[in-house]
Order: sequence, then structure tokens, then C-alpha cells
Amino acid sequence: MTHFLFRLFVALGVAMMATAAYSQTDVGEGEKLTRQGDGSGAPCIACHGADGGGNEVGGFPRLAGLNAGYLAKQMFDYNAGLRISAIMQPNVDNLTEQQIQNIAAYYASLPAPPSKTTGTPPGAQVALGEKLTKEGDWDNYIPPCAACHGPGDRGVGSAFPALAGQHPLYIRQQLEAWKTGQRKNDPNQLMAAVAGRMSAEQIAAVAAYLGSLPASAK
Amino acid sequence: MKARYLLALLAALLISAPMALAEATVPVNLPDFKDGQYIHKAPTLDDLKNDASIHPELKKVILKGRDMFMNTQQYRGKYVFSDLSCKSCHLGEGRLNWSGPVWPAVTTLPDFRGKNQHVNSLEERIAGCFSFSMNGTPPAYGSDDMLAMVAYHTWLAKGAPVYETNIGGRGFSSLGQVPPKLDYDRGQAIYHKDCAICHGDDGQGQHKDGTVVFPPLWGDNSYNWGAGITRIFTAASFIKNNMPLGKPGTLTDDEAWQVANFINSQERPQDPRYTGDVKETREKFINFHKYTNYGKLINGKLLGDHSNTGSKPFLKPDALQPRAFD
Repeated sequence: MTHFLFRLFVALGVAMMATAAYSQTDVGEGEKLTRQGDGSGAPCIACHGADGGGNEVGGFPRLAGLNAGYLAKQMFDYNAGLRISAIMQPNVDNLTEQQIQNIAAYYASLPAPPSKTTGTPPGAQVALGEKLTKEGDWDNYIPPCAACHGPGDRGVGSAFPALAGQHPLYIRQQLEAWKTGQRKNDPNQLMAAVAGRMSAEQIAAVAAYLGSLPASAK
Repeated sequence: MKARYLLALLAALLISAPMALAEATVPVNLPDFKDGQYIHKAPTLDDLKNDASIHPELKKVILKGRDMFMNTQQYRGKYVFSDLSCKSCHLGEGRLNWSGPVWPAVTTLPDFRGKNQHVNSLEERIAGCFSFSMNGTPPAYGSDDMLAMVAYHTWLAKGAPVYETNIGGRGFSSLGQVPPKLDYDRGQAIYHKDCAICHGDDGQGQHKDGTVVFPPLWGDNSYNWGAGITRIFTAASFIKNNMPLGKPGTLTDDEAWQVANFINSQERPQDPRYTGDVKETREKFINFHKYTNYGKLINGKLLGDHSNTGSKPFLKPDALQPRAFD
């Protein structure tokens, strides 16, 4: 009996600690902001969709299910001028640090919706994309995407975002932005190094293949 | 005046824009080949698929060996007891220059190896990697799995001259064996600046969905104290020419040495050649351990002074045997 009480006590303590850690971000507040905005810019859902699934035609990325640390860093980087976007910057510039963390936590908590990418890319293009993401092109010193973005390119930690199921247009635009130096908020220039060596054909192939992958395992 | 100012600003922007673009390129800085060196162009997977002269059955065996090489973790608990795969240290499928390309083992062996003081076959050389870097035990000599590994290595060597030893891009070495003055704290600072984002603040790497993405650099699931890369000069050259991934040659020589020393000043599984006494083992294999921190006092701790074999339930694989032709 005392053993049971002790275990109950430990379980309660653990639950309280977990709650305390979780209350650092407020997912509900984050959700509200994504729907209503902060009064000074467009609400997130206007472009990223009610389910956080983004939009291929507009090149608006899927945010649902991405790592919270990664998402928060992007918003901080827009505000610090480290990542440039004429669309994003004016919409996040009045958010407080806490609001950014809440929005990031909300999107990270959402399940990744099925890719809405329409149309089937040519088989040869997908095959080249698959080869590059899994094996790279070492003769041109391009390591495989999965070497950092993990199994199935589903992302690793806060530094290497999930690419699987991301919209091809967005992936292509970002790779081109790194290649030209327009985007440079990657840690230690790890992405700029690789993107800078990729041909337009390789970029299109990788984007098409990654977009065709399921966003979550199994 | 204001218009002129704006014009000047515009001009400055126009001029600086292309310069910003040029800066975006991260160079691949690898050592130059020396005159007279043999430079190999190892075949690619496409070459294998398109080569009608290779029997389909042999292609199967080569592809099996390649799969073992690329995803050695499928043998975790059988041949491998660390989190490493062959490709962790031999980048680019074992084809890449300055990344320990594996085909020279085919064309330069059998030969005498200082490490174990006898003439080694290709199978024994592969067994060495499994025993030390992978902290495991090799596929049995002559087995199907060993044949597959040998077939993959041999195919990569296609067209290379046998017993030619003046090879460009062989091994990792470019920094030589003599270190600069080594400073643990400086190595630690470089580690946290350039390496920790992938390998973690604690050096334990990163895993996702049960798969190793970034291998641990020390601790129970990394290479053991007998691995070639515990030699600081080997690690320094590997780092210089291969790390951070995608940016070879971006660390200075000194930075590569310092961070190699920091990584190899951490604890790891015991050297399979352990005699039961770290000082004695160091002395017995001093031709190897003179380049390592094994058996040295670092930050008040005698490194390697333990019987921990990591995740491996034994110390020495049976495959490690001496040879003599007396």
C-alpha cells in the first residue's frame, strides 16, 4: 500500500513537472494568433491554410508538424533581417518573443496534412530526385539530403527541418535563394554550401521528389 | 544633393549585389594531388548497372556489399556494436578522395601492416574496421557476407594498377603526424562552434525514428580505443578534409588538430587488444598509441583505464589473430 502511495506521489510529481515545462508556451494562444493575427498583419492561416498545410501555387510552405525550434528561429530571423521575405517580415514584426514561441508550438503540435501537391512529376525527374536525396552527387560534392534531414527526410531536431511532403515550389525557391545568397540564415552555412553546387535540374528534381514523400513515418 | 545621394546608394547596391552572390558559394577546399600520383576514378552505381560485362550474379553480390557498406547498422548486434556505418568515415560510398577511399586496400594488399605486425589480406583489413572502428566483430573470413564486402571493394578498384602505392587522395592524411601545441579548451570551443549542431553538445550524435543520423563521436556507441581515428593525426586530417559535412577544408589546420584532440580526449570503449592494464597496453602497442591519448592523464582522468567494452558483450573478436611464416 505504501509502495502504491509512493508511486502515485512520484507519478503526480512527474505530471506536475511536465505541466510546468509545457506552460512555457501556450499552444491555445498560438492557435488564436494564427487565426486572428495580432492586429497589425495578416493572420497565418491566410496563406498557410487553416490546417497549416500551406499552398503549392503560392509557394507558401507547410508549417504543420514542423519542429517548433525551427519555426521560431525563422520568425526571429525575419525580424532580425537574417531571413528576407517581403511577405513574412511585415506579418511577424510586431509579434513578441512569447507570441512567436506560442505560434511555433501550435504548428509543431499539428499533424502534417497529406500533401496537396497536384500533378505527377515526370518519372525520370522523381528518380533523379530520389537518387540525390538518398545518395547525393559526390562527384560534385553534394551530400544526400537525408544525411542531415534524416530518414525519409522527415527532419532532425531544430536545425534540420522536415522536407518530406513540403511543397515543391517552396523547396525550389528556397534552394535557389541559398544558391544566390538571398537566404543565408542556415547554421554554419551548411545549406548554402550544398545548394550552391546544385544545378537547376537537380533542384527541380529534389523538390519534386521531396514533395511526393509522405510527411510522417508510415 | 539628395538625388545624387540616392543615385550613389543605388549604384552601390547594384555593385554590391553581384558581390554578395559570389560570397554565397562555399568552396570545396581539398589538397592538391602531387605530380606522378595515380588518380583513380572509381566507378559509380550507374556504371555498375550499365556494365554488361559484369555477370548479373556478380552484380547482385557487389550490390549486397554496397548495401552492407552504406547501411552497416542493419548488422547492429551481429557485426557492429557502435552507431557507425562504413560510410560514416568513408564518405561518398567509399569512392571519395581524402575520405579514406576504400579501393586502395584492394590494390595495395596483401602487405605488411604496422598495426598488427604481419602481412594482411583484404579480408583482414576489412576485419580491422569491424573490430575497432565499428567496435564489433567481422563477418567470418570466406563467408558470403565477407565475399560481398570484398566484391564491393574490388569493383570500386576497377582499372587501378595493382601495388601502385603513390596514390592521390588516399587515406585522410594531409596534415602529417606532428601536431601543433594542443589545447583541450580551444578544441572544446571549436567543437561547440562547428560540430555540436550535428553531433550534439554531449558528442552522442542524433537519432531519428530509430535511425542513426549523426554518429556519436565518443562514449559507448562510438569507435573504440583501438580505432585508427583515435590517433589524433588521423582524426585531424579526416576533419580537415571532410567536416563539417559539405564544407571540407573550411577549418584551419590548427582548428582541425585542436578539435580532433578534444574529441579523442573523451572516454570510449576499451581497445580490443587490452591486456587488463591500460599503461601496459599503451606500451605494448606504442607504435599506435604514441599518436593517441589512450593511457594518458587528461583533466585528471586516466583515459582508457576501465574494462568497459561499450555495447559489445566481449572484448576481442576471434578474427584478430597473428600470422607468422617462419
